[in-house]
Amino acid sequence: MAKKLPSVDVVLVGFGWTGAIMGNELTDAGLKVVAIERGSWRDTSTDFAVTFAQDELRYYFRHALFEEPARETLTFRNNGEQTALPMRKLGSFLPGTGVGGAGIHWNGMTFRFLQSDFLARSHNIERYGAGVMPDTMTVQDWGVTYEELEPYYDKFEYLCGISGKAGNLNGRKIDGGNPFEGPRSRDYPNPPLEQVYGPTLFAQATKELGYHPFPGPAANMSRAYTNPLGMTLGPCTYCGFCEKYGCGNYSKSSPQTTVIPVLMRKDNFELRTESEVLKVNLDSSGKRATGVTYVDAQGQEFEQPAEMVILCAYILHNVHTMLVSGIGAPYDPRTGQGVIGKNYAYQITSSVNVFYDDKIMNPFIGAGTMGMLIDDFNGDNFDHAGKGFIGGGYIACWNTGGRPIETHPVPDGTPKWGAKWKRAVAQSYLRTTSVATHGAVMSHRGNYLDLDPTYRDVYGRPLMRMTFDFTDNELKMSQYLTDRATDIARAMQPREIRVNARKGHYSIVPYQTTHNTGGTIMGTDPKTSAINRYLQSWDVSNLFLMGAGAFPQNPGYNPTGTVGALTYWAADAIRNQYLKNPGPLVQA
Amino acid sequence: MLVLAGGAAQAAGLPYSLLEKGKRLVDAGDCQACHTQDKRKPFAGGRAIPTPFGTIYSANITPDRDSGIGGWTEDDFYRAMHEGVAPHGERLYPAFPYPNFTKMTRDDVNAIRAYLMSLAPVGDRPPPNELLWPLNHRIMMAGWNMLFFTPGEYKPDPQKSDAWNRGAYLVQGAGHCGACHTPKNVFGADKSGEDLRGAQIQDWTAPSLAANDRDGLGRWSKEDIVEYLKTGRNKLSGATGLMAEVVVNSTSKMSDDDLNAIATYLKDTPPAPDTAPGAPTQEVVDAGKAIYNDSCAACHDTSGVGVPHMFPPLKDNAIAQQEDPSTVVRIILEGAMTAATKERPTPSAMPAFAWKLSNEEIAAVATYVRNAWGNRASPVSASAVGKMRQAINAEKAGPQVAGSGVRINPR
Repeated sequence: MAKKLPSVDVVLVGFGWTGAIMGNELTDAGLKVVAIERGSWRDTSTDFAVTFAQDELRYYFRHALFEEPARETLTFRNNGEQTALPMRKLGSFLPGTGVGGAGIHWNGMTFRFLQSDFLARSHNIERYGAGVMPDTMTVQDWGVTYEELEPYYDKFEYLCGISGKAGNLNGRKIDGGNPFEGPRSRDYPNPPLEQVYGPTLFAQATKELGYHPFPGPAANMSRAYTNPLGMTLGPCTYCGFCEKYGCGNYSKSSPQTTVIPVLMRKDNFELRTESEVLKVNLDSSGKRATGVTYVDAQGQEFEQPAEMVILCAYILHNVHTMLVSGIGAPYDPRTGQGVIGKNYAYQITSSVNVFYDDKIMNPFIGAGTMGMLIDDFNGDNFDHAGKGFIGGGYIACWNTGGRPIETHPVPDGTPKWGAKWKRAVAQSYLRTTSVATHGAVMSHRGNYLDLDPTYRDVYGRPLMRMTFDFTDNELKMSQYLTDRATDIARAMQPREIRVNARKGHYSIVPYQTTHNTGGTIMGTDPKTSAINRYLQSWDVSNLFLMGAGAFPQNPGYNPTGTVGALTYWAADAIRNQYLKNPGPLVQA
Repeated sequence: MLVLAGGAAQAAGLPYSLLEKGKRLVDAGDCQACHTQDKRKPFAGGRAIPTPFGTIYSANITPDRDSGIGGWTEDDFYRAMHEGVAPHGERLYPAFPYPNFTKMTRDDVNAIRAYLMSLAPVGDRPPPNELLWPLNHRIMMAGWNMLFFTPGEYKPDPQKSDAWNRGAYLVQGAGHCGACHTPKNVFGADKSGEDLRGAQIQDWTAPSLAANDRDGLGRWSKEDIVEYLKTGRNKLSGATGLMAEVVVNSTSKMSDDDLNAIATYLKDTPPAPDTAPGAPTQEVVDAGKAIYNDSCAACHDTSGVGVPHMFPPLKDNAIAQQEDPSTVVRIILEGAMTAATKERPTPSAMPAFAWKLSNEEIAAVATYVRNAWGNRASPVSASAVGKMRQAINAEKAGPQVAGSGVRINPR
């Protein structure tokens, strides 16, 4: 029997980026907020201090900062004809757990989506005609525009102290920035990171090819920074341990380095760690959330009543919580009806290794977002007429760090082990860089999330089932990007290249990106979306859902910038509209 | 904000202004540093105060009649603060800094009592003190007082400004800065003529506050001092260890006027005679430099300039150059967390190196830091590091961070 606790104004489920930001915004509004986090408390000096942060075995290979599939996982299949099986090891994506969530172990790539990304259906139809998308593509407009989100992108970028260079300041194009980006109201808070040789060669080559290289927008500090909340970050040392690691130098924006200490000082905030929310509770009408039920580390169940519930966990868990709580109609791919689990999407990536004899790249000097990229083939920045696909992606030369156990690129034809392999690794390590593509995944009728009929988790709840594959649109698009990356790699004048194209079915085994999206998508119509433009549940108006689950499809960028912007956007709507008149913010 | 146990305060019928004044003085005196062991029972005492003569447990100063000061009259309370004598003639130990509190005016002492009497009474009794014979006999303090203590309220110096006099009153009186920062003689009393010249306390160095550039406040402007006391850090330093508690619990709550007054007074402190520190060998400096560049430079920079307001600069750092290296050694061994305040909420922390570096290595890197970039201080020996390592191990858990309950422990 769950023990019933005193009611609070707001309960947050999950305490990473969105939970921390939402907690800070709503406690500022005077609300009593409780955050419930399944993982443990984590901080820089105790969990990833400079004295041990660069431990590849502990953090990368043994997954010290990621969620444990033995405790919570999902089942997977490529299509509805197959029987899904549990993911027993992490592979393709690495969700976080614990305070700060994946905001601890991200690279820090903090993009804004393109203006046209938010209008993916209407814009593409307007430009290319109604036939550009087959019926099986369930691409939708977002219900919110870039212009509306701009102030909130800005807010998140200044919270984080993003290092970058504007390419479009209030409509004025700036040399050296991204000319394709939507207009910014002001420049980034910090200048771009320094670059090493690989990205420099990439920038030269892409410029010569007529493209528009710009530095990656980085949550790695190019200099010391104090954010609007008074939080101070140190300058990045370019140690090259961002992705899959916590930063020991306070140089990477994370919930811990930018907002949590401010929030933890407040009397109207409480954090409960090592407590897993099992479901959102509804009243008898089914239209109002009464709170959540959670279980703590001792196995004791609690009911936390609240006036508002905000799901702030990773998208996979937000969708799972909705499904097991019975909120909203589950999506059915046969009929196309229902919304929860609809439009699950991902990212499609490829790369080209670039090998030199005479150029030393010093790959060990790196940062999560150190690198140069071009947006010339992202979104609708290029003419798709006759190409047979929509969407695109960026092409980049990153130098996130030459971590020695993980990094050993070798040319084609090298044996997989033995003396020749060792020689090739030794020869190549310093003399190699790579050109990567990072492509959009559009939404398709057959890609979705639902509850597995067979497998259950430790609490007896059905596991979530992921049904996902790359479709023609993605594979054609990725091949197009890979061809462009190959041209660029050749223009960098190496000894040889090695093309790692993404072909065939999606595999959940090799690491690709932790950019899972959709499942609780936002939109303008409750028949086709789970939440409205303010991330408020269409079905239960005192329930809001943060995170990339809101993305109707996944553009060609890393998601965190937009996740942060949407969180501030929703917080603003809650503070300035919802609290004054609780109820649906959009009339269906 | 004034936190009151409403009923008691109303019953006492005391004016708000008096309670507020008392609360401000209680903050300025950092009474809770010693008198609060359990945050849920503020001022109920029982916190162990280690002294060279044994452990003293702080008293319950809540208004409980049996175990607190609920039965004390205003005169009783003033006598304790002014003379170090409890209601039944019991001598108090000067771990309770009555040699400082004697400087306070009767009005201020009354205000402190009024505030304390407004708190929720708690019935806890502290454990008995664990003092060496013969000091376990309180009567011994009569002799101590005769030798080292003269009761008397602060007398303003008419030659000095109001701010200077207010600063002197706070530093010498309620703030009792000298309790830590003034060197002590073998009897634990202030060494005369050496006010605020630095001392060792609980295996930390309370640095010299004299005007010396090398190891005092010489390089600190008045504004630097105010910023440090208000926010826990400035461009030159950050408060860690016991001082982090002082900032969080006391100085960050003081008014700007009072902090300016303290800074005015401290900046008028004369320099101490410079000591001539011994020079380290080149071998040790070279070894220390290699360790420094490997383990320290990522934050503190190879040139020792650090990141102001975040990672304290070590070049020209007064704490690094104290004659007593306790703080330097201790921080390298067990790490440290800078005080987090409203203005500077980042609880930036240095990790522990005890598990990673040997006594010899820590001695070398500490010696290097004390002698690089124009710094000058005597070398640190491996045996001194070993002693500190033992002292830290003797404390059952790691250090507590600024009253937060958070302990720094390497895994």
